[in-house]
Amino acid sequence: MILLWLIVVLVGGGLLAWLAARIHPLLCRWISLAAVLVDLALALFEASRHLSSGNAGMNTWFEQVDWSWIPQFGIHFHLALDGLSLLLVLLTLVLGVVSVVISWSAHIKALGFYHLNLLWILAGILGVFLSLDLFLFYFSWELMLIPMYFLIAIWGGERRTYAAVKFFLFTQLSGLLMLIAILALYFAHYHATGVYTFQYTALLGTPLSPHTAMWIMLGFFIAFAVKLPMFPFHTWLPDACAEASTATNVILAGLLATTAGYGMIRFLFPLFPGAFRAFAPVAMTLAVITILYGAILAFSQTNLMRLLAYASISHLGFVLLGIFSGSGIALQGAVMTLIAHGISTSALFIVAGSIEDRTHTREIGVMGGLWDTVPRLSGAGLFFALASLGLPGLGDFVGEFLILLGTYRAHTAMTVVAACGVLAATFYALRFVQRAFQGPNLRPWRLPDLALREGLTLGAMMVVLLWLGLYPQPVFHTFAQAANHLPALWR
Amino acid sequence: MLGLLWLIPAIPFASALALAVLRFPRKVVAWIAVSSIAASSIISLLVTFSFLHAPPAGNAYTEVLWTWMRVGDFRPEIAFYLDPLSLIMVVVVAFVSFLIHLYSTEFMAGDDGYSRFFAYMNLFVASMLTLLLANNLLLLYLGWEGVGLCSYLLIGFWYRDPENGLAGRKAFIVTRVGDTAMLIGLFLLFHDLGTLNIQELMQRAPQHWHLGAGAAVAAGLLLLGGAVGKSAQLPLQTWLPDAMAGPTPVSALIHAATMVTAGVYLIARTHVLYSLAPPAQFAVAVVGAATLLIAGFSALTQWDLKRVLAYSTISQIGYMFLALGVGAWPAAILHFMTHAFFKALLFLAAGVVIQALHEEHNIFRMGGLRKKLPVAFWTFLIAGCSLAGLPLITAGAFSKDWILWGAASAANGSMGFWIVALIGILLTSLYTFRMIFLVFFGEMHSEVTKKPGMAMLIPCIVLAFLSIAGGYVKTPFAHFLETALPWNAAAAGAVHISEIGSETVAGLVFLLGLVLAYVLFLRSRSYAASLTDNAAGAALHRFWFSDWGMDWLYDRLLVRPYAWAARIDKGDLIDGFYSGIAELNVLAWRVLGLTESGRLRWYAAGIAAGSIIYIAVVLFL
Repeated sequence: MILLWLIVVLVGGGLLAWLAARIHPLLCRWISLAAVLVDLALALFEASRHLSSGNAGMNTWFEQVDWSWIPQFGIHFHLALDGLSLLLVLLTLVLGVVSVVISWSAHIKALGFYHLNLLWILAGILGVFLSLDLFLFYFSWELMLIPMYFLIAIWGGERRTYAAVKFFLFTQLSGLLMLIAILALYFAHYHATGVYTFQYTALLGTPLSPHTAMWIMLGFFIAFAVKLPMFPFHTWLPDACAEASTATNVILAGLLATTAGYGMIRFLFPLFPGAFRAFAPVAMTLAVITILYGAILAFSQTNLMRLLAYASISHLGFVLLGIFSGSGIALQGAVMTLIAHGISTSALFIVAGSIEDRTHTREIGVMGGLWDTVPRLSGAGLFFALASLGLPGLGDFVGEFLILLGTYRAHTAMTVVAACGVLAATFYALRFVQRAFQGPNLRPWRLPDLALREGLTLGAMMVVLLWLGLYPQPVFHTFAQAANHLPALWR
Repeated sequence: MLGLLWLIPAIPFASALALAVLRFPRKVVAWIAVSSIAASSIISLLVTFSFLHAPPAGNAYTEVLWTWMRVGDFRPEIAFYLDPLSLIMVVVVAFVSFLIHLYSTEFMAGDDGYSRFFAYMNLFVASMLTLLLANNLLLLYLGWEGVGLCSYLLIGFWYRDPENGLAGRKAFIVTRVGDTAMLIGLFLLFHDLGTLNIQELMQRAPQHWHLGAGAAVAAGLLLLGGAVGKSAQLPLQTWLPDAMAGPTPVSALIHAATMVTAGVYLIARTHVLYSLAPPAQFAVAVVGAATLLIAGFSALTQWDLKRVLAYSTISQIGYMFLALGVGAWPAAILHFMTHAFFKALLFLAAGVVIQALHEEHNIFRMGGLRKKLPVAFWTFLIAGCSLAGLPLITAGAFSKDWILWGAASAANGSMGFWIVALIGILLTSLYTFRMIFLVFFGEMHSEVTKKPGMAMLIPCIVLAFLSIAGGYVKTPFAHFLETALPWNAAAAGAVHISEIGSETVAGLVFLLGLVLAYVLFLRSRSYAASLTDNAAGAALHRFWFSDWGMDWLYDRLLVRPYAWAARIDKGDLIDGFYSGIAELNVLAWRVLGLTESGRLRWYAAGIAAGSIIYIAVVLFL
């Protein structure tokens, strides 16, 4: 039942916050914060309950909710939790708290509706991570889309309409492909067994001809690849990030990509093992291109948000590489990268947002010499830039190292090229640090340094990255609890 | 006592964290920074005594703190490994760091980034000690990147000048090129041998690979890639001269005594691997020999005191690589130690001079300082003699003669390497005394504005003592290292010269360099000027001065094409495709919009044409 509550609290909290904004803005913020915190507490409670009990649940789901929803079509309301979804649920809620907190003092128009969207998109993301019924999964997938559209279109920058429509078209069209793929699988399963069902566990092992399997898998793959985003479907992200507000960027870059990575791990290989293997070389090639292309484009950007967006694309290429490499080590690295990238990229967007709040610009050419006036903010920027360039001791390194280590076994050449992507990350990360924080303070900027609230948020994210970098074992341990659901390819 | 090992890197790390996060008054900052390194040095000495007094089983001690990660069969630990090799390195690094920190408290006294400076410095020491003590290559890599990071931060410490930031960025990127090769080497090692634990690797390598196996050669070359980046060897040496943009204590600690020798340590640590891969080991020797010559020539032409020292460092590390390459393992480590003493001292004394002359770096505008700055003069002279290899007395002579002898007599030595090393000695002696004569003798060109205090002089004096005494330990040193680094004495018969003979020749060459420098740079400067007066001499001078044109080459071959590719695709050409689709839609909308003209005859004509086509299709298909 806790799984249901996780979603209900966010949906209900969003409605309440919307209503409360009419009474007092602060009440709306507190309700939102309370809703996310309650959810986080619930998730932590789940984690402590299932992880402390040792080997319990090695072969079963930690927790399930399964109700018949539309029985005529075999649609169930089926939520389930295992190690993989637990990790990503925790990440979602941590970043959820962060995004509510960093919106705290900002002057936001239509405050209630803003928080409604914020909480509902979190609910949608949780739905994606928890759904075990493909219909419900698709429902949640689309549920993420609409609040995000509003968040960009209403609270974005100058070209927000363009960015929002672009985001909507890319994700909506690719989502439609997934819907077709789901329906195709649904009917193929009916043909084989005579049963109409959207249940994940039932659809596993549906006999498909290699040809059909490949087409259906591609439907899923493109939906996930657009969301990730993968080259050449990536162009919506820089535009969206360049226009969206800070909290939106946290969700956009930190969480939406995570849903895509999750989808690939949970559905692609388990449902279509043969097609997955056949397609792996193509996907890995695209992954390597994504890594390098993102890194090179990040190097040339002058808009800070676009720079971070391309950097994020480059990192997510590693995730794609790890998932398709067929190595257990690389898969663990991919999960680690999803988490560490979620934290570090979000933190970079918060730093960028804090700079923008103070200097009213996103152009790194206009910044410069910020260390003189905001040393703490600059130090935080440096720290997260280092995480992004893969400094050992921080979480991103662990993920990317494991991905490359695992991939090396199967594809030496691709690993070597991808390793150059780690090198290329140095170029853009140091360029960002140098342009924004170093150099003479010519303007000269005289700005307030990090406030306590910002400092605590960023400080906590630093601690998490250090923890992931130096003692990542709890993450791997948790994920190991899910690995048993995932077939043998990755073991 | 050995159980205290983990504290050696942990204490500097904790103080770096404290200095980075909290705000203290200057006095407290200095106290925290210096006392933490002092504590590390004392613990390292305690550990040394305990190690010597009661050697642990196998002459090595491992301390496991925790399992870093457990993913499949990949299980690296956060664990420290102490054997004679790491012990010597740790003691030297901790002790030299302590002296340089003490020196920095005065040198940096007027700087507004005092706390930041010491936070970076302490983080550096913590990373360096982690690198040395790591029991697996992944933890070593953590320390390796950590020292690279601190090097970057400290070169660009005075960040307001964009030049410093650029120099730091260059250092980080160039070393990271090497690190990427090393990273791939780690993948290869893990793939073939199934572990990254260094001792296990060294055990498994001979079992899995035969002598000269392709994988062993590849692994050796990839690790060498990391080593040449970090140790500023050919072809990745270009960052070190620019790194002199950092404060002088940083140059002394990071870019002379400790970090730049990390590559030497890496190769010594994995020497079993190189023994299995003769081509890779030969490459090490060739890199060392070529670098020591090239950098020696460049050092002759520099006018910036710190850049002379930087090229000298590159050249001396070339000697260490040569020693590793020919298989004279302990000679490389002895030279690391003596070099740490005398080169750190050269930088510290140079720092005294530079500060005394109000940030003057040009040696041609110095001169005659031996009376005004006596301690700086005498310590610089001692260190210079040690660097150039004044026979019998100085530490540098012992280690360099050993390398020279090894170049001829060790397993992979040859007379060719011996001659290169000998030319290197001539160059070293020449540029060292050029520097000494120009800075401390002759006429004064600049006024001394600041006299150094005790915090700056005491480290110089201690290091001067060590620059002489450090060499007398050669025999016990080799004996102590034997379990970690075997020293195979001469392969009999193949050598054309005896050890004593080699040392005598080296001594004579040293004298030759001294006399040449005296004639050229003190007695009659016109000789030196006439060398560069003609076109060929001037071109050669320019070529050597610009580090053999390598910066220029890299800029054209790599930097500009990358920046160009990034610039032309700034707007993301892929997006053009999607924009094109959008444009087509708009176009289609416009065209179709035209048909909705409101004119009845057009509609009628349309309907008629449609009917005809439809009927035609039905009839004829």
